[in-house]
Amino acid sequence: MSLIELTAAQLRDGLAAGRFSAQEITQSLLERIERVDRSVGAFLRMSPDAALAQAAASDQRRAAGRCLSPLDGIPVALKDVLCTAGEPTTCSSRMLANFVPPYDATVVRKLREAGLVLLGKTNLDEFAMGNSTENAALGTTRNPWDARRVPGGSSGGSAAAVAARMVPWAIGTDTGGSIRQPAAFCGTVGLKPTYGRVSRFGVVAFASSLDQVGPLARTAADAALLLEVIAGPDPQDATSAPVAVEPYSRTVAEPLESLTLGVVREQFGAGLDAEVGAAVERAIGTFQALGGTIREVTLPHSGYGVATYYLIASCEASSNLARYDGAHFGYRTDEAAMGRAVADQQRQQGADAADDDGDSGLLRMYRQTRAEAFGPEVKRRIMLGTYALSAGYYEAYYLKALQVRRLIRQDFDAVFGQVDLLIGPTTPTAAYCAGEKLDDPLAMYQGDLYTATANLAGIAGLSLPCGFTRSGLPIGVQLLAPAFHESRLLRAAHHYQQRTDWHTRTPELS
Amino acid sequence: MNGTPYTTVIGLEVHVQLKTRTKLFCRCSTAFGAAPNTQTCPVCIGLPGSLPVMNRQAYVLALKTALALHCDIPACTKWDRKNYFYPDLPKGYQISQFDLPMSRDGYLDIGDPQGRFPDRRVRILRAHLEEDAGKSMHDEVAGRADSRIDLNRAGTPLLEIVTHPDLRSPEETKAYLTELKLLLSYIDVSDCNMQEGSLRVDANVNLHLPSPSGTIATPIVEIKNMNSFRAVERALAFEAARQYQVWQETGRKLGDVPKQTRGWDDQAQVTRAQRHKEESSDYRYFPDPDLVPVRVTPAEIDAARAALGELPAALRDRLVTTYALDRYDADVLVNQGRPLVDYFEQVAAQCQDPKRASNWIQQDVLRTLNERGIGIAEFAVAPPVLAELLRMVGSGTLDTMRGRQVLQQMVDTGSDLATAIAALGITEMSDEALVTLCRELLAANPKIVADVKNGKQQALGALIGQARKRNPNADPTRVRKVCAELIEEM
Ligand SMILES: [Zn+2]
Repeated sequence: MSLIELTAAQLRDGLAAGRFSAQEITQSLLERIERVDRSVGAFLRMSPDAALAQAAASDQRRAAGRCLSPLDGIPVALKDVLCTAGEPTTCSSRMLANFVPPYDATVVRKLREAGLVLLGKTNLDEFAMGNSTENAALGTTRNPWDARRVPGGSSGGSAAAVAARMVPWAIGTDTGGSIRQPAAFCGTVGLKPTYGRVSRFGVVAFASSLDQVGPLARTAADAALLLEVIAGPDPQDATSAPVAVEPYSRTVAEPLESLTLGVVREQFGAGLDAEVGAAVERAIGTFQALGGTIREVTLPHSGYGVATYYLIASCEASSNLARYDGAHFGYRTDEAAMGRAVADQQRQQGADAADDDGDSGLLRMYRQTRAEAFGPEVKRRIMLGTYALSAGYYEAYYLKALQVRRLIRQDFDAVFGQVDLLIGPTTPTAAYCAGEKLDDPLAMYQGDLYTATANLAGIAGLSLPCGFTRSGLPIGVQLLAPAFHESRLLRAAHHYQQRTDWHTRTPELS
Repeated sequence: MNGTPYTTVIGLEVHVQLKTRTKLFCRCSTAFGAAPNTQTCPVCIGLPGSLPVMNRQAYVLALKTALALHCDIPACTKWDRKNYFYPDLPKGYQISQFDLPMSRDGYLDIGDPQGRFPDRRVRILRAHLEEDAGKSMHDEVAGRADSRIDLNRAGTPLLEIVTHPDLRSPEETKAYLTELKLLLSYIDVSDCNMQEGSLRVDANVNLHLPSPSGTIATPIVEIKNMNSFRAVERALAFEAARQYQVWQETGRKLGDVPKQTRGWDDQAQVTRAQRHKEESSDYRYFPDPDLVPVRVTPAEIDAARAALGELPAALRDRLVTTYALDRYDADVLVNQGRPLVDYFEQVAAQCQDPKRASNWIQQDVLRTLNERGIGIAEFAVAPPVLAELLRMVGSGTLDTMRGRQVLQQMVDTGSDLATAIAALGITEMSDEALVTLCRELLAANPKIVADVKNGKQQALGALIGQARKRNPNADPTRVRKVCAELIEEM
């Protein structure tokens, strides 16, 4: 069996047994990437030499009996929204195309400390805003199962890289579904941990109260391994939770308790693709076969989830992205050209016309910088958020959204009083064609229908492969758990994967 | 003030830099005067991915201040973002407190022992924490505006203390600021250095004019750029006069025009309208999702209150009741700061004469401190020594003038009391020597003798000066007494 086919847990065991080296793993993956990433476009940047050097150092540690962790030497890919010291971190935006952070994100530091090989940075929707990775400014990522289709987003690069066997696992971020939705579209496992479970320090913010870092992997067992490395309280993130990390990699394989799974009827109504619905129903059947009890439940306010999510996320984003103004770092408009344009304008319209806004060069520099370096979706959300926070609209939009958010959270609290997990579709449809929804943002936003409420409530969610459409596209089933019950979530997913082989299928790529 | 046809109505927003070692949301130093941009990190320069973490010490100092201002302290307070674009604000928003400030509804009492304005309770609307912005430095190089930003100050903790519009004159305003600064120094929460920007004052001012149909208010103007208490006083006086003139010319009332911001030009001694900045528009406040609410327990509040120590107002009252000082003396001592009061209390207790201790400290000690630009901690004469000196003066062993010389000698040379007295050649004159001296004086001054005989007792004064010229140890009281007796016998 080729090294690229192995899961991280298998790589760990093989390294421990001395069956292969970290350099051999990295070399195999680099060759795979070389071969298939031209057609997938998962990676924005990678540095084979640096990766091989890390692998060589790992092999030396292992030879000396000084492994940093059992995972020492296993490669991982990072969504290019996590800061890496001394290496570009672009958020797939022209704004940060040349930005090199002087520090590592806490998650990156933890990965390094565990000895993982940082293979490269993966593509995403600009600043993680989108669910198709089509809003990426610095690359195009295709679905490994069908190059005409999108990989989902915003962690589309990470999901595609895992699905295409270019890396055993990867780190993504999930603000409204950005890990789970691409995991579903690409046929991988994707875990959005509880808000506060993983540090956000060094993760370029989209919407601070919703963003959460999590693993994408082929198996729930691997996701458990990776979560164990990256989870935990962080003194540099005030919103990280002071909750001890469970040994997920051990608890994941423990026997499955008799779970009660809630099925949210609202999620099987209009808008759900029939093939997706059928696959999810079959998955529910599998969980019953595993000893699960199914109970129908209701989340009365979930219908407001998408609107509430887009208001809150956009409001926070409008403020989080204010720092990209050209003054201190990142892109700045060509000021010489700007000066010439102003001079031309003054010649044409008379001296008064050009400077009628009363600013010198500053406001114009801000405007032009942001106009040039942000893509349309980012601009749309900044405008939406700025509007919703403005005097006269704040109460009607932002404050109202906060109130609905509380109701949505209460819905989950009530439901988790009755059931252990919720089960349902991750997405309304399987992967759609590139360009299909690009001109219809509202249709695109509906893709977050089943995922965004978990972010609003701060609970844990996971998507795992549960079938394929007739045209061969992966389908994902979503499990949701109460806050800090990742172990239950992962265990259920693991036992499902023991019974099914959806996750073992590999897209054909040449 | 008095004599004007209007009342000046003033409210203040004072920004106080809290004396923390590190910034409000990162671990960078707050020390003043470092090379530009050397005290910065990813958090305070707002690099992508960085996150703020609150410095609890800033909250503790803010809590102390708020309690000293008699404010209510909510059990929970939160952080909000104030959004606006400016190059000295690297994140594009300032972390501040909007609708749930860490304290509200307090007061500070002010008064003037000389009675120039009535005692007044200035109500504090709120005091809230926020981070400072950086500093823009504009260089005009070869006709081209060149702006540079120093972010050392960005993220420094500030407490913004907002009053109700309770002040009624520039003098009261200065008194409020002086009392506030004194309070802050007593509780040791700020350096209060206006030059270094650790205390900044903005004033809102308008006029109330009486009219047959009730009071008319003129539009409120906010004044900025006042870099000393004196500048505040002058700016307010200027602005009141200016507003009265504008009122007479235009008749504009509050609400007729939007609130204006004017800057004080210290050179020209005028306020000038500032360019309409986008700042005056909508800040789009909303809760900062990167930070968690700050909680404080009643026990923590009680402990902070107990640790405040004696505040200036209470200390003045105690000096008046315990030492029978008058209000003015108590004021002078307390306004010099707690160390001087401690010095006074030690001297007063040891010499058993608080009034004399107060007088000597206010005159001789303070003069020395001012001349030398030192604090009481560096003053060469320890409290027991001054107390001993004052006991000698009180018992007549030393006359007041000789006492002053001894003190000066100790200050100048750092010597102890006995050495200073010996160095000045001070010994008590024997009765015989004094009588001899007085006889010589009377013989040399028949006119004075005649005047005294004619009932002009005050003529004796001239003899005292002559006596001290001949022998500095001649005690004026004894000279006067012996001379009077000798003249009586003549
Ligand atoms: Zn800093």
